[in-house]
Amino acid sequence: MTKQKMPGARAVIESLYCEGVEVLFGYPGGQVLPLYDELYDANVRHILVRHEQAAAHAADGFARATGKVGVCLATSGPGATNLVTGIATAYMDSVPMVAITGQVPRSLIGNDAFQEANITGITLPITKHNYLVQDTNDIPRIFKEAFYIARTGRPGPVLIDIPKDTQIEAIDFEYPEKIELRGYKPTYAGNEQQVKKAASLILKAEKPIFYVGGGIIFSNATEELRTLAEGIMAPVTTTLMGMSAFPSAHPLSVGMLGMHGTRYANYAIQESDLIIAVGVRFDDRVTGKISAFAPNAKIIHIDIDPAEIGKNVRVDVPIVGDAKNVLKALLKFVKQEQVKTDAWNKKITAWKKEFPLTYKKDKLLRPQFVVEQISEICPDAIVVTEVGQNQMWAAQFFNFRNPRTFISSGGLGTMGYGFPAAMGAKVGKPESTVIDIAGDGSFQMNSQELATVVQNDIPVIVAILNNGFLGMVRQWQELFFNRRYSETCLESSVDFVKLAEAYGALGLRATKKSDVKDVIEEAVKSGRPTVIDFVVEREENVSPMVPAGAAINEILDLE
Amino acid sequence: MKHTVAVLVENKPGVLTRVAGLFSRRGFNIESLAVGVTENADTSRITIVVSGDDHVLEQVEKQLNKLIDVIRVSDIPPDESVSRELALIKVGVDSTTRAEVMQIVDVFRAKIVDVGIKSLVVEVTGDESKIKAMEQLLRQFGIREMVRTGKIAMNRGAKVVQVEKK
Repeated sequence: MTKQKMPGARAVIESLYCEGVEVLFGYPGGQVLPLYDELYDANVRHILVRHEQAAAHAADGFARATGKVGVCLATSGPGATNLVTGIATAYMDSVPMVAITGQVPRSLIGNDAFQEANITGITLPITKHNYLVQDTNDIPRIFKEAFYIARTGRPGPVLIDIPKDTQIEAIDFEYPEKIELRGYKPTYAGNEQQVKKAASLILKAEKPIFYVGGGIIFSNATEELRTLAEGIMAPVTTTLMGMSAFPSAHPLSVGMLGMHGTRYANYAIQESDLIIAVGVRFDDRVTGKISAFAPNAKIIHIDIDPAEIGKNVRVDVPIVGDAKNVLKALLKFVKQEQVKTDAWNKKITAWKKEFPLTYKKDKLLRPQFVVEQISEICPDAIVVTEVGQNQMWAAQFFNFRNPRTFISSGGLGTMGYGFPAAMGAKVGKPESTVIDIAGDGSFQMNSQELATVVQNDIPVIVAILNNGFLGMVRQWQELFFNRRYSETCLESSVDFVKLAEAYGALGLRATKKSDVKDVIEEAVKSGRPTVIDFVVEREENVSPMVPAGAAINEILDLE
Repeated sequence: MKHTVAVLVENKPGVLTRVAGLFSRRGFNIESLAVGVTENADTSRITIVVSGDDHVLEQVEKQLNKLIDVIRVSDIPPDESVSRELALIKVGVDSTTRAEVMQIVDVFRAKIVDVGIKSLVVEVTGDESKIKAMEQLLRQFGIREMVRTGKIAMNRGAKVVQVEKK
């Protein structure tokens, strides 16, 4: 490539072209004016959000739905700090993202200048890496590295802070072809000896179970997982992050495990003799009381991040590598072998019959029914969730068929995530129906983005399971704080139909079971951004439930 | 239990913050820390003494390796390495105690690097126990001020900690 003279801001745009970036979610401000001036006639779509937090979540939702790096952009100071929750959310869930922020001119850094915040310092613990541009000539290299770091290895967010004067200063632009990072060399292929060891454990196991998470989805390993699971006839349980990695209706699926997992998944984990853990991190919401977790099982742990292996549980066979590669390698050993899992599968089938995931099926409009109806009417939809009861019901009652169709803030548990993330997912996958399964509490944390989806014609559907409570906190208060509903009641606060209409979106309401199908169909048919207010049973609980700190087979069934 | 870890890092601004920040947010306890440039100008070496069991050490190493600017992490086992710390100790003296202090310094093969009417500055180099012993002995004379470096350590024999060559 020949060198071209251009200002730093132009170099940023050229770098984005070189990375194939088609869309940015952002919000302008004083210290990004040169960048926005370049964007004015750049060949990249910019979606103007109404709050920077939504820009970060939208970039995150875009990334999870498409597998591409999501990009968000904000000004210095408050613009940058408003991204923080979104960056932390992406970090906890290993989402590839590049966040670009403006910074005060280099000569003012450290002076407490107007709208100055040390955003590289602030985001140090919540980014995979970050950069402050100190030499304008570094812009192309920094962008090349940032995108590379964000999408490779264990993906994660990378922030680039760009002082205003470096946006103006002219450089000779040349996008580097090579990357030289001495300290960053992710391992993709699993060690052969370790794979052999794992294979021999798998062949010996009588009660094996796959415990899989987001790593399967990020490495596009759903096919390999399915082939291997069918090859050895082992049940598959997924984490919240792993929902949609394995078809919910597959006979070997036992659904989600952990705190609100199915009884049969938790029983199966506890009774298994071999856990094949892939792309998971043994989070406390999954393991419950760690000392009582899977007492009889040997553990094979496959993960691309060596630091996750042995962090929370002892592991018998660690394999560092990309899930897809390692599962492929394992397939060579196990596909033709005799399996001994008949009795195990019979047992699990019996548990499934005895302890199905269910709820009270009466005349009342219950939130689980709404999720089931959405699943039936929009089977191939991308489901995005907020955080709390809505999130758990979506995970429990939607019938997932394809990977990347469940998008949720798993690690950080960010309320307000769902709606902007749904917006990002819809921008990335315009042909898919995108539904945010929301609660009335979470939705109100970023409902201002109704303006964005209307202005940019991003027809997402927000399905509010409206119970007038901060439902999950209320549930804990009911169970563990003697029904003292301290500050969790949101009753009679908002008319969501009118709110939608005020922004120019379609507002619909369902108050009884018989309304549900009609409003969902109407929303889908309308092709417009839509908010559906499902007025559901107020004190419905997420069940089953393993209380915090208990072993995962100490399960409560809740009314 | 204490472990000494040698960390080779990019010699760039902000790298020490990344390393130190990682220790605090992961709940690892830094006992001492020393930083300096290596035989290659683009590489610095941070020597960290961290307390914790083997599981903690494993996590420290793995988490450090996740930092993009960290090139290499090596555990330096005490039996197979030499380590040094340096201390400057300002001791209060008068005509009656000066000679005794100088004798002690001599026995320890330490050095007197500044002599004043009422004070001496002693430079002592050695492992942790030697510096501790020196400090204890000088305390009776009145230590006015003391400054210590963190520990630095190196493997014995031909074994080296360096950026791996391709």
